[in-house]
Amino acid sequence: MVLAGVLVLLVVGSVLFHYLSPWYFTPIASNWDTIDETVTITFWVTGFVFVVINLFMAYCVLRYRHRKGKPAHYEPENKKLEGALVLATTLGVIAMLAPGLFAWAKFIDVPKDAPVVEVVGRQWNFNYRFPGADGALGTVDARFISAENPFGMNPDDPKGQDDILISSPELHLPVNKPVKVELRSIDVLHDFTVPQFRAKMNMVPGLVTYLWFTPTRTGDFDVYCMQLCGIAHFAMRGKVVVDEEPAFKAWQSSHPTFAQTRTQVAGDAAAGKPLYAVCTACHGAQAEGNPALNAPKLSGQADWYLRRQLKNFKLGARGTHDKDVFGKMMAPMAATLADDAAINNVVAYIKTLPDTPAPPTVTGNAKKGHDAFETCGACHGADGQGTWATNAPRLKGMSDWYLVTQLKNFKEGIRGAHAKDMYGPQMGFMAAILDAQETNDLAAYIDTLR
Amino acid sequence: MTTVTHDESPYAPPAEVGEVELYHPKTFIGKYIWSQDAKVIAVQYAITAIGVGLVALVLSGIMRLQLGFPHEFSFINPSNYLQFVTMHGMIMVIYLLTALFLGGFGNYLIPLMVGARDMVFPYVNMVSYWVYLFAVLLLMASFFVPSGPTGAGWTLYPPQAILPGTPGANWGIILMLISLAFFIIGFTMGGLNYVVTVLQARTRGMTMMRLPLTVWGIFMATILALLAFPLGTSFFMPALVSRGEHLGYNGGSPILFQHLFWFFGHPEVYIVALPAFGIVSDLISVNARKNIFGYRMMVWAILAIGGLSFMVWAHHMYVSGMNPYFGFFFATTTLIIAVPTALKVYNWVLTLWKGDIHLTVPMLFAIGFVFTFINGGLTGLFLGNVPVDIPLSGTMFVVAHFHMVMAVSPILVVFGAIYHWYPKVTGRILNDTLGKFHFWVTFIGTYAIYYPMHYLGFLGVPRRYYAMGNSVVIPDSAQSLNAGITIAALIVGAVQAVFLYNLIWSYFRGKPAGGNPWRATTLEWQTPETPPKHGNFGPELPVVYRWAYDYSVPGAAEDFIPQNQPPAKTPGGPEKTLEKTLDAAELGPQKLDASGMPKPVGG
Amino acid sequence: MVIVVGWLVRPTLNVKPWVEQRPVKDIDGDGALRLPTIKVGLGVFLTVATSLFALLISAYHMRMMAADWVTLALPRVLWLNTAVLILAGVAMQWTRSAAQWGQIDNVRLGLIAAGVLTFSFLAGQLWAWQQLNASGYFVRNDPATAFFYLLTALHGLHLLGGMWVWGRTTAKVLRGVEVAKVRLSVELCAVYWHYLLLVWLVLFAVLLHTHT
Repeated sequence: MVLAGVLVLLVVGSVLFHYLSPWYFTPIASNWDTIDETVTITFWVTGFVFVVINLFMAYCVLRYRHRKGKPAHYEPENKKLEGALVLATTLGVIAMLAPGLFAWAKFIDVPKDAPVVEVVGRQWNFNYRFPGADGALGTVDARFISAENPFGMNPDDPKGQDDILISSPELHLPVNKPVKVELRSIDVLHDFTVPQFRAKMNMVPGLVTYLWFTPTRTGDFDVYCMQLCGIAHFAMRGKVVVDEEPAFKAWQSSHPTFAQTRTQVAGDAAAGKPLYAVCTACHGAQAEGNPALNAPKLSGQADWYLRRQLKNFKLGARGTHDKDVFGKMMAPMAATLADDAAINNVVAYIKTLPDTPAPPTVTGNAKKGHDAFETCGACHGADGQGTWATNAPRLKGMSDWYLVTQLKNFKEGIRGAHAKDMYGPQMGFMAAILDAQETNDLAAYIDTLR
Repeated sequence: MTTVTHDESPYAPPAEVGEVELYHPKTFIGKYIWSQDAKVIAVQYAITAIGVGLVALVLSGIMRLQLGFPHEFSFINPSNYLQFVTMHGMIMVIYLLTALFLGGFGNYLIPLMVGARDMVFPYVNMVSYWVYLFAVLLLMASFFVPSGPTGAGWTLYPPQAILPGTPGANWGIILMLISLAFFIIGFTMGGLNYVVTVLQARTRGMTMMRLPLTVWGIFMATILALLAFPLGTSFFMPALVSRGEHLGYNGGSPILFQHLFWFFGHPEVYIVALPAFGIVSDLISVNARKNIFGYRMMVWAILAIGGLSFMVWAHHMYVSGMNPYFGFFFATTTLIIAVPTALKVYNWVLTLWKGDIHLTVPMLFAIGFVFTFINGGLTGLFLGNVPVDIPLSGTMFVVAHFHMVMAVSPILVVFGAIYHWYPKVTGRILNDTLGKFHFWVTFIGTYAIYYPMHYLGFLGVPRRYYAMGNSVVIPDSAQSLNAGITIAALIVGAVQAVFLYNLIWSYFRGKPAGGNPWRATTLEWQTPETPPKHGNFGPELPVVYRWAYDYSVPGAAEDFIPQNQPPAKTPGGPEKTLEKTLDAAELGPQKLDASGMPKPVGG
Repeated sequence: MVIVVGWLVRPTLNVKPWVEQRPVKDIDGDGALRLPTIKVGLGVFLTVATSLFALLISAYHMRMMAADWVTLALPRVLWLNTAVLILAGVAMQWTRSAAQWGQIDNVRLGLIAAGVLTFSFLAGQLWAWQQLNASGYFVRNDPATAFFYLLTALHGLHLLGGMWVWGRTTAKVLRGVEVAKVRLSVELCAVYWHYLLLVWLVLFAVLLHTHT
């Protein structure tokens, strides 16, 4: 009695949940309506079976419950009935499978005229590459990967010289134009998913996989990695911005070609020296940092990291949050550097300064910090020396009090939450798991790494 | 139709393990620790599997706290989360369900149900358990090594499984692989026993087509496992020995690994499902007092599912980057396998139809299983159909689907089976009130966990994410849904304590069961002693005269006829047998005369 | 597999089990193979082992196609080992016939010869490992070496398992039990040895094929 009622309630509840709950597919933003339609067909077929069988079962439980003197009917089998049910099931399966196979045929058949964009996955970020004017991507090889050539471009391939390199997790695409997305990974398995596009494909080291779609409306969309790729899997996010054609062109042309990244001269330390004079007041003549003025140690920090942060300050991606008091002080200073060349020069000068470890100032339980550092080490390196490949700056021997402040800023969204801060959000995810005490413990442990 | 005579010749002992060859333990240790009695080994398997399953249950509770309340419970970090995901999955699938169904129920039920004194190789059987225990201990040891157990996901995909960006990439993964290797060795020892016992040690009269479906399910699952597990070794081992090769190779080996993994991994689903199918068929039949509807179709469905299960593996890989044309083939085979599976569901429900349904606790669990399995099976049609899988794969929809179909469903059967056979194992019945409470909370609770979870998948919430954080697609309301799921999960987890309490309490205080409390036909209920003694059947093995499903046979005195009950001689003549009656009854009631007895048909 | 099970239920294929009516004496042993149980057990085990080795070889082949594959030079001693294992197989076969003819002395001699030869083979395999190690290959170095160690180790472990049964049988023979009591064990040993010889020949051929 109760069981039959509960079964009916569960069936009714499930159907109501399906129709009334606010949780379902996000509004589609690509041409893959066929996929949504197949899902709808599948819902009708399976929903019908679900309701009918379960209600019939509830009926049986109620109608044929044990009553004295009412024995069960004896019937070993019924070939006709079983045959009819098999036939009906087969028809239902065909009703779902046929449209599915047609949709899949379309999904893997890329329009001939679709332009290509490449997505490069790495722990734990997305980068992108457009073919240049020649419409063809240059060849790549893992052997060429370095800090100067993060995409592993073959320097001798003429086709690659005009490729446009997007060294950030944000990709822009023009609306209503089909696009073929070629997917490549340079370390482990990753995945490229935009829920609103309904499209998804893994990225496999050693292979180029692909998918295609036509964005049908403008807007910002999240990119997720949906293939487990290590500790920061959940923080591997990107963004697709679908623009009108002119805005897309403008965005695309603001990025350098491979040839341009190669001609960027290395910074000139001599030219950087006078520029550094401004910095001396706070960061010290040897860039050793000054806790009293809230200026961290710079010497010994990775050049690519210093360059990125200076650009962030210039762009307003950092030092613009209301609560970021000291960041706000840095922002106008960064603005004094006129262009990328100036940034390169000043960073080159900092690189010449002696790297003496900053004195420890934070007290905490280094032993506990050691355990917590397990996670940090995945990106920042087991000894905290920093890893270019994971965009993680050096931690050891740097100002520990600064580390504590920044972890707090990341956690509270004061740093890293700005839309233009490409790598900040990832650190935000990680900092969120630490409380104040753990932060101190971590800093204390990092102080022991020298 | 031939006239039936029954052989009245004196009983001839079967050629199999004779009483004299049976090993007789003298000491406590020989009886309960280094035991070669399949029934004791079964209990050892069951206790170990349930113990390690409890560890995995706690892990899932911690993970749910993290997902449901990411701000309030930050006591695990992303590494721990992945480690718990991995260990939870691997323990539940391999060390709990596979070991419990095959090592636990297989050991207990196969010899009893086929009418054998014991497994055919008792010594190997004993070693099998100890190797399994060693594998479990190795796995548990990985919690205590530097940087902990592996966090590569239960799929252990390379290259990340062996690279430093993944937790436990040095010690954890090695211990996991070695433990799996030992599990497979131990399982092969046990599996040889289960298969050969069914082949060779059936008692007189027990044809293959008279076997209870429980034995069929376990038998087929064991064959699948024996064929699939060597594959497990063959890909795990290269993964282990080629540690250290990584970045920048240009082969397609990550995809090759995935093919190998799922060629093993998909049959693994059926290794868990087939015994559940078999057991639930028997539970439903006994409690509906009705033969299982379409027995022969059920057997053929088990065979078809077993065979097809080796042809559908790549439906786990639609978005893996494999050759996209595989999608057509595997979507088709996958949806074909839905047909025999659906047939099984129909036959369970049709067994209820016109039955005499006793809603005992095992029956509640069996019906709960059918409901849950229908839901999980139908969502499988979403993921099996290749374009539908594209937006859903890698999301919480997948998590919800496989928990419905291969976690909750088999576990409901496990519970049902424990309530059903506990009286045979201990001689006492589990407490009914506690059992019903356990059922209702578990059944409704798990549905409340997993049904809504599908909709998180529709939204696009990825699986194996430690935290969602801020995102454009996922509304804040999804977080409250996640919190609700966590609360349901914690309640269901806590209620399992009631079940454990019931197991212990009833062992001492439960109602005495008697030999055949469910009035069932199969041989395990016909043993002279309960619990059965070593050797199972007293001085003489039973002789089987009928199939396992003679319930509510028209004209019979009781509503069940044990398999070893000789045919009654009908008054019409000494040569007419009861089977004859059944055959006539099948032709329809119009053939019966006024007294309800069949008219003589044929010669 | 389905075929095998189908064959097993063949006698009762079209029987409706609920009406099946045959005298018990006809039903006796229905579907069961009329072979000693231990032989069926060995058969099932060899099937499993075959699937293991076959899958490993196919995994090896597929891995070989990857671009980073580096071949390794096989130690020469493997040729000698192969010859020794063949001799061991011959000795086992000889023992088997001796057991059938009831010649207990020859059984004793044959078992000991087969055992000594098998131990020599295993020692030779260890020596091959030693040579590889000495020439700078190590398990983790590259996949080819890893596979070599893996395949030889698994084969060796299977042989060691066989040696356990061999040991028990030989002990019985040395204790002087009559030949009828060990005939089945000797026969099983012989089948197992031939099987592992066959596996080794296939493995060796595969390794040779890809290393020249």
